[in-house]
Amino acid sequence: MVTNEPDRMDRRQAVAQLVAERSNALIVTGLGSPSYDVHAAGDDDRNYYLWGAMGGAALVGLGLALAQPTRRVMVITGDGEQLMAYGALATIAVANPANLDVFVLDNEHYGETGMQMSHTSRGIDLAAVAEASGFAETALLRRFDDVVQLTQHRSWHDFTGPRLFVLKIHAEPTQRSLPPRDAVLIKNRFRAHLGLDPN
Amino acid sequence: MADQRIRLYVTDPATASVTLMATTKQSSSGWPARVYERLRQSGVTQVGYVPDAGHATLIAMANNDAEVTATMCTTEEESIAIATGAWLGGMRSAVLMQSSGVGNCINMLSLPVQTRTPLLMLVTMRGEWAEFNPWQVPMGQATQPALEAIGVQTVRVSDPDAVEAAVAQAAIMAFEADQQVAVLISQQLLGAKQW
Repeated sequence: MVTNEPDRMDRRQAVAQLVAERSNALIVTGLGSPSYDVHAAGDDDRNYYLWGAMGGAALVGLGLALAQPTRRVMVITGDGEQLMAYGALATIAVANPANLDVFVLDNEHYGETGMQMSHTSRGIDLAAVAEASGFAETALLRRFDDVVQLTQHRSWHDFTGPRLFVLKIHAEPTQRSLPPRDAVLIKNRFRAHLGLDPN
Repeated sequence: MADQRIRLYVTDPATASVTLMATTKQSSSGWPARVYERLRQSGVTQVGYVPDAGHATLIAMANNDAEVTATMCTTEEESIAIATGAWLGGMRSAVLMQSSGVGNCINMLSLPVQTRTPLLMLVTMRGEWAEFNPWQVPMGQATQPALEAIGVQTVRVSDPDAVEAAVAQAAIMAFEADQQVAVLISQQLLGAKQW
């Protein structure tokens, strides 16, 4: 396992940057390491962590973005999770939510199951797929500086989506930072933040 | 009253262009229109679907309704995740699919079940009554037990005059009691596929 490739970034550092620059965005995380990364950056009522439902993260983000058009929605997930929802990129592109941004943490491996290679290690480029599908903006980011630049760009807070960014990260084990597994608790505190009944 | 063939059009408000959405058989009992009204009265403002002949009228009505967001999916499990996200953001959804699509949904249904998120599914049945296509039979026969196995409640309707009431009570169970409910609209009610 190569951990010091120059064209890769540290996942925790990258996610911490995204979360620090969230402003008031709502965040949905894909199961496994992306949920741990976002939790490690600071637990928050505005975070909705998935512990399962693989392939659902970006689509939960879509339903949320359509229901909350005045709030920006950031989906932070992994390459394996998004590959399971390849068709979702078509569905999101057609639905065309301006307030939805998808961030794919791409280590080209399935970290939770023993670091087996994923399709992105064999040439599948999720940013290119999103681009071809009709996302308003896509990019492949390789260095932490790219993430900093993205979050400092004047359009960062704009509703110009749907956007999809692939962040190439090191494939290395990261210490787990576990959000609550009580799915109802997470749902209710998220809805309470939005002023909705906790049921 | 005899069934009539009708054409359903969608107008794009941006371009004012009119697109043929579907050609469908208008049900002589008119249950789809009554079900749609009931969904709207229940507060539904999002509809997720994969195109389906049995749901053609509901899909067209959702697409024609400026107050409803209708999301076309490439596979039915997408609509489950979208509906869960919509509730998270304070919107009520209905998802429309054929029985074969239920098979595509099973693991994604763990999301509303485990998060105790309201879910209202309307499922048109195949493979159970005068079915000409044997490929529809396995999933048609497995639909109800598969839904119940993952934790979704089912209610089956075979009388066109009973669909509206079944949807109305299912909406209450979903949105007021946090349940995951599927209304199974029987193939006997829908009639054998004409092709």
